[in-house]
Amino acid sequence: MKSKWLSGPYILWMVLFTLIPLGVVFYYACTDSITGEFTLSNLSGIIDYWPIFLRSIWLSIFATLICLVIGYPVAYYIAHCKPTKQRLLQMLIMLPMCMSFLLRTLAWVALLEDTGIINNFLGQLGLAPLPLIRNNGSVILGMVYNYLPYMILPLYTVIMKIDNRLIEAAQDLGCNSRQVFTRVTLPLSVPGIVSGITMVFVPAVSTFYISQKLGSTDTILIGDVIEMQFKSAYNPNLGAAMSLVLMVLIFACVGIMNRFTSDDEESVVTI
Amino acid sequence: MKKRLFALLICILLVLPLLPVKAAAAETVSINVYNWGQYIADGSDGCIDVIAEFEKAYPNIKVNYMTFDSNESMYTKLVAGGSSFDIIIPSDYMVEKLINEDMLEPLNFDNIPNFKYIDEQFRDPAYDPGSVYSVPYTWGSVGIIYNSAYVSEEDVADKSWNLLWNEKYKGKILMFDNPRDAFAIAELSLGYSLNTDDTAELDAAAAKLREQKPLVQAYVMDQVFQKMQREEAWIAPYYAGDFLVMQEENENLEFYHPKEGFNIFVDAVCIPKGSEHKEEAETFINFLLEPEICAGNLEYIGYSSPETASLEFMDPEIVEDPITYPDEQTRASGEEFFALSIEATQYMNAQWLTVKTADTTTTLYLVLTIVAIVLVIVLWLFFKVRKRRRKARRCQKWKM
Repeated sequence: MKSKWLSGPYILWMVLFTLIPLGVVFYYACTDSITGEFTLSNLSGIIDYWPIFLRSIWLSIFATLICLVIGYPVAYYIAHCKPTKQRLLQMLIMLPMCMSFLLRTLAWVALLEDTGIINNFLGQLGLAPLPLIRNNGSVILGMVYNYLPYMILPLYTVIMKIDNRLIEAAQDLGCNSRQVFTRVTLPLSVPGIVSGITMVFVPAVSTFYISQKLGSTDTILIGDVIEMQFKSAYNPNLGAAMSLVLMVLIFACVGIMNRFTSDDEESVVTI
Repeated sequence: MKKRLFALLICILLVLPLLPVKAAAAETVSINVYNWGQYIADGSDGCIDVIAEFEKAYPNIKVNYMTFDSNESMYTKLVAGGSSFDIIIPSDYMVEKLINEDMLEPLNFDNIPNFKYIDEQFRDPAYDPGSVYSVPYTWGSVGIIYNSAYVSEEDVADKSWNLLWNEKYKGKILMFDNPRDAFAIAELSLGYSLNTDDTAELDAAAAKLREQKPLVQAYVMDQVFQKMQREEAWIAPYYAGDFLVMQEENENLEFYHPKEGFNIFVDAVCIPKGSEHKEEAETFINFLLEPEICAGNLEYIGYSSPETASLEFMDPEIVEDPITYPDEQTRASGEEFFALSIEATQYMNAQWLTVKTADTTTTLYLVLTIVAIVLVIVLWLFFKVRKRRRKARRCQKWKM
């Protein structure tokens, strides 16, 4: 009873700002932009944009994988430091998040541009300028840089909570350090990996600013197209349909991933 | 009980900001001005600060200043609602569109006596017959800005829009990020009118723009300043007035009016429907037309003045500049925008979207996707089989 009342504010918030807006999105997606009649043409019109959907999903998958590969060792390291050092490192990871997301991306532009800091430096060394900006790589770089903390923090929390006695037990029972990692630490950190992947993939796939600043005219992402629908083309109905489809796709991707992890967790228990 | 009260309190706190609040003191009113980016003198570089001067002259009116980066994004914001503006400064064709859609308030010229300073040729314009809804703010033209340090003489010798399609400068070319200006360039280089609403001609223009896309570094509006000044890009079509601002920062920049013709535009001050302080807004318009203010303002933004009376307050060097005030012969090849029909506008918007989303690298992603799907299925089967085997093994152990 008590907990029900305490969650009241958030439930109110959720109804007002999540459920009702979702209904509005759904309504827009299924109505015609001029006549306001029910139509499915917005949803079928999305087919023209499937290459952009594919690109958005792929670029964010790559970014998520890179985040995982970079983030896991870092999280592992931080979790095994002394508490004072842990706090310091954790703060350092969070620090860039205190800066505006737009500013951080613009800073990368200043670094990577043809006339940017890195290429200027290379030029002074007498080297030819590198094509650092306006390609798929720079977009992925932007995603990794902006969303890496969202991967490290959940991983760190989960790894830190792993019961040290389990590791000791594994060692006692004859595991070498590699086996301890693959048989105990890694399976137990799966929940962290899953929430890390979700927290990086979901914002990355729907991002729009990074690709505009760091990408070329060819690396347009689905977030950019949605933004255009609302900002310049003024076709909110198609935009709503797109975000609806994007949402379904994200759910599907996350669902597929969860399928693996739930299997994994069971297998952890059965080992 | 305490907790319940606490929860209720938080609920109320959350809802409170949603309620409309009437300003306590009605003495000062604030007007919302919605203008292009970098389009009013703001006091930097020793220029006048128009808004500060206005607030000094009329202490009971406060100005909320906001900016947009294209006529289309301004229009979207107006249509989407949720915000009330008292002053907007769209371009000619957008004024016509807004008039057609009944979104502007007719102005009360009793509150704008300074309208008398506006030159004869800018009164009664085609986009607003009889000057009922709008007052000209500036006028100007579109042309090509290029960096003479990187773009060779011979490429600009014929003064053509084709410079924007020159493969040699791949990745160093910028393009307008709004359909009307971008299509105008393609249409002019194909020899069409920039007011065409013929679908075949619009298709051809869109094809021309798609052809240009691989060469384009970015579709930009206000970002053009930074990119051209820092030599990140070398060629860009933009408004002549803004070129003068850029040239102050980078002396290598040059400008020409292309021979195929170009757009001459007027940006005009209007009051949109829904304005809550129309009279104060008219006071603001009147203030903008004050020749001395107009001169100081335009000296900063670099666009051309619709008031001859203001020219005497300006630096003579600016007044004689052939880019800001082109001679009759050049002006003759300029063409004005008119509002297109709703169908043509939508068609153009849709075509513009296909230009911007046109794709060249789909096969790679398609192959990747198929591989990934196969991989997912294989992995899933693998896990399933493994699980079943484990279960079987466990059962065996139990039996033993």
